[in-house]
Parts: sequence; C-alpha cells; structure tokens
Amino acid sequence: MADALISLDGVEKVFDVRRRVSLMRREKHRVRAVDGISFEVARGEMVGYIGPNGAGKSTTIKMLTGILTPSGGRLRVAGIDPARERMRLAHRIGVVFGQRTTLWWDLPLKDSYGLMRRLYRVPRARFEENLERCVDRLDLAELLDVPVRQLSLGQRMRGDIAAALLHDPEVLYLDEPTIGLDVVSKAKVRGFLRQLNEELGTTVLLTTHDLQDIEQLCERVMVIDHGRLMYDGPLGGLHTAGAVGESERTLVVDLERELAPISVAGARVVKVEGPRQWLAFPAGASAAPLVAAVAADYPLVDLSVREPDIEDVIARMYAGRG
Amino acid sequence: MEAVPARPRGLAVDVGRAPAEGRIRRGGPVREGLRGYRLIVGMWIRSTMTYRTSFVLTTVGHAAITLLDFVAIYIMFSHVDALGGFTLPEIALLYGSCSASLGLADMLLGNTDRIGARIRDGSLDTMLVRPVPVLAQVAADRFALRRLGRIGQGLGVMGWALWTLDVDWTAGKVLLVPGMVLAGAAIFAAVMVTGAAFQFVTGDAAEVQNSFTYGGCTMLQYPPTVFAKDLLRGVTFVVPLAFVNWLPALHVLGRPDPLGLPGWVAYLSPLVAFVVFLPASLAWRAGVRSYRSTGS
Repeated sequence: MADALISLDGVEKVFDVRRRVSLMRREKHRVRAVDGISFEVARGEMVGYIGPNGAGKSTTIKMLTGILTPSGGRLRVAGIDPARERMRLAHRIGVVFGQRTTLWWDLPLKDSYGLMRRLYRVPRARFEENLERCVDRLDLAELLDVPVRQLSLGQRMRGDIAAALLHDPEVLYLDEPTIGLDVVSKAKVRGFLRQLNEELGTTVLLTTHDLQDIEQLCERVMVIDHGRLMYDGPLGGLHTAGAVGESERTLVVDLERELAPISVAGARVVKVEGPRQWLAFPAGASAAPLVAAVAADYPLVDLSVREPDIEDVIARMYAGRG
Repeated sequence: MEAVPARPRGLAVDVGRAPAEGRIRRGGPVREGLRGYRLIVGMWIRSTMTYRTSFVLTTVGHAAITLLDFVAIYIMFSHVDALGGFTLPEIALLYGSCSASLGLADMLLGNTDRIGARIRDGSLDTMLVRPVPVLAQVAADRFALRRLGRIGQGLGVMGWALWTLDVDWTAGKVLLVPGMVLAGAAIFAAVMVTGAAFQFVTGDAAEVQNSFTYGGCTMLQYPPTVFAKDLLRGVTFVVPLAFVNWLPALHVLGRPDPLGLPGWVAYLSPLVAFVVFLPASLAWRAGVRSYRSTGS
C-alpha cells in the first residue's frame, strides 16, 4: 500500500508471567499476547479490530499508541516508531479508552478542553473551530459547564471523544467506544465517527464487542485471536469465511409452562431451559411474523429478540473452518 | 498567534490537517516537562479549590500535625540538656532544614509514590498518550498545595534555630544554608524517582520508597553522633541522605563530622544531588519501557 498510515510487520509482544506455584515458589512462563501480526491501514480508512477477550486487541492498540514496547517486529504510525518517539506521535493520534476517562473529574467539561489546547499547543482559531464542530455534533453545548463527575456514562464518552479530537489527530484509536452506552448515545457516537471519517478523512481504528458498531461504520474488519490475525477483509466476507451463510438473530420466548421444543416455520429451536426457549432465525428476516406464529399456537408470556454479536460470528467462523 | 492554514473541506484525504512539525515540539524534554507539569498542577489546584472547606481544613490539620512533631522533640529537651552533644537549637536546625527539604520535594513530586496504583489499574495508559514526559505527569499527579504547610513549618523552625544559635558566619556558610535546603530537596526527589521506577517492577513499593524519604527524614532530625558509624557510612556513601542536612549543618555549626571527612565535603550536596539523579533517571526510563499495562 503506497499511502499506509499504519503498518505492522511481524509485530510480537511477549509477556513473562510469573505464576505462584506455592507460597514461595514461582514458575515463569511466556505468554505471546501478540504473535507475529502484519497489516497496513491506509489514510482515511475506518477499520474494526475485533476478537474474543484476551485475543490481543488491546495489546496491539497499546503498541500502536506507544504505551507498550513491542518485543519484536516493525511498527510505524505516520512514519513514527511509537515506543521510541511517543511524545512526537502523541500529536498525531487521538486515543479514546472506553473504560477510562481522560477528563478532569471535579472540573467543568470545558476546563479539560482548555488543558488539551495548551498541552497540544493547538492554535486558538483551530481549537475553537474543532471544539465548535464537536460540541455541535456530539450535543455537548449543555454539558460544557457541568463538572465531569455529574455526567452520565454516555455524556462522558461523548466528552472523551471530543477531547481526543481537538488537536486534529490523523488517526483516532477507539477502544470499546460504545461499551455500556444506551441506544441513543450509541447512535450519536456512530453518526459522529462516520461524519468525522467522511468529512475530515480521519483514519479510525476501533475495537468493539458490538457487531452493530462494525456493521454501521467499518468497511474493513480484522479478526484477531490468540495473538494472530485470523481474518482481514470486508465484514460480508467474514460470513463467507465462516462458510455458514448469513448470521442469525435469536428470538427468546417465555412460555407459560415447560413444553417440548416448539415448531414454527422459518426458525429452529436451539436451546430449551424450563419454560424458556431460544429460536434462531435469519438475521435478514423480520421477527414480526415469527412472533405472531408463536403467539397463535403457544401460550406466550414474554419475548425478546437478540442481535448476533461478534462472538457468534467468530465462533461460526471457527466452526466453518474446523 | 500562529497562522492557521486554510483547511480544504469535504476531502477524503485532507493533508492540510497534519499538524505542522514546528508545533510538535518547542523545547527539549526538560522544558516540555516543566511546561506540562505547570499546566497539570494548575488543573489540580483548581480541582482542589472546588472543595474549599476541605482544602482549608486539611491544610490546617497538616500544619498542626507537623508542628506537633517538633513539639515532641521540644518536650524531650525539657528532660535532657543535650542529645548526642547537641543542644535544642542545634537539633532544631537539623530538624527544620530536613523538614523543609522533604516538604519541598514532597510538594513538587511527592505523588510519584502513587504510580504503583496507576500501574496496577492501568490508568498510566492515559498519561502515555499525551505529548508530555510521563515523569512530569506523574510528579504533578494529585498535586497538593496543602504541603506548603510542612515547608513553612520547617523553615520556621530553622529560622528560630539560626536566630538563637551563635553561628560564626562566613560567606560560604551563608550560601550553604539555602543551598542545603534546595540540594536536600533534590536528593529526596531523586530517591522518590528511583522508588517510582522500582514500582514498574514490583507493582507496589510505595512503602520502601517512604522508608527512605519519611524514614530518612526522621533519622536526619537527630544528630549523627547518636547513630552507629556503619549507618552513617551507609547514608553517606550508599543512599547519600547525609548530604541532605547532616554534613552541611555540621559545617555551619562548626562541629567535626563523626566520620572525619574533610570540611569541603559539606559543600558537595548540590553535586551529590546531581549525581544521584543520573541513576534515578536511568532507572525511570527502564521502568517506563518495561511498563506492561493491564489486560484491557
């Protein structure tokens, strides 16, 4: 790739883990958190980086931001070796950790932004312009004078995203940006990221457990497991790679009493637990006729629909391969 | 005011947005560190001021506790006339200078011992993605203005001692007194940085660090003559705490050094502070490079 903003070549991260065997004795063994990963991301791409817990996602992001030093391989972001020139890189990247805020707990939200302006030496006109855009699109106007400790999780996440963008980063890393957010906040965050990528060409790399984040934002997905890159391509291709066909949604029904697995056209029962049954049906199909059919033939008490998540897709991918 | 390059809108690739190289770094790491330190300290002071009553109460409490510390020594002298051959004003000089040094180091970078907690919960991550040296951020973390109380108390006791004592002043001795406080603070600071670096390996060693700083200060409040020679050699040549106040103060008081070192050694404190900062900064760098973060 000619214009690769991020490039990794055989990058490894090995941790020595000491496990306590007895009170005094400890055993040392090595864990390869990232085991030879190579990929490139071009300027302006929006990439989803997914995988089960402990797969090495966060470790990769932390090497890309200079937090962790790789044990081997070559890694460049905007031509910079992150671990060696962490501070120079800091001006070029924005980082949002979903579980960790960088905002000042006791101070009004706008004070944190003022600090960012000074720390990053953002020219005032540029700062005002960036702040105005973020405030407008992330709906922050009402929150600027509120101490951060009084913000809700969704508000704080929006505040954190704005804080990461005031210095015009070329790359934005987001680690679980929608974790714990309600539906409205998720939609706001996604809409903002899409606009950011389309209008300003900011390169975005995000890790998530929410398949909808990927579906709505990323044309390209990378799947990592056990420290290795398992898949790199469009989301659609992930289903094909799984060779199981399209993903499925699940209708969970609570019946009045325990029954044998019910039979409804267009769905199959995948699990029964007392009066509760799980029915899988194609993700593209509507749930409405299914619900009507179940309600017509069986004593239905309650129901819910579950969207497919990343784990399902990946699990199916393995099943398809195996 | 810097010129703002016009930003082309609506382009998929907007090269004009790349920050100008000139903006990226103005000074060396030390200047950048001091600048970042100042900015972050300002934020902490403002944070503290949102709880004004709490600030006033803790400052008063802090000053009262440190004062009681000296009252204990004062009471001891109501029963004895001298300790290890030192009179109350002489001990007050040791006590005050060491207290002021530690207070200064403690205010400026005393929260480096909190790095253990930040390493364990992974919140050091957010510091590592900022364009400010991590040491400056760690030193500024939870900056507490209330520690001015200890510095004030130390300087007060020291002032009383110098006013009471009959010192044979020379130009060198006049310079030695403020030099001793500043160099002493720098030596304590180096010990704090080394301790913080050590926490990258151990995860939590705040108490080891505190035994050298707070524990060291408690020792330095008493005259060196009451301690064993081996301990004196240790704090002179291994962890050079003796240079914080013992050696310079003995010279000011015109007393011989129990280890029999030549008189000019008393003037070496600034040099010693500089020398101990070298291993401290190397240890710190190694520590940051070995940082492992947490699982998520």
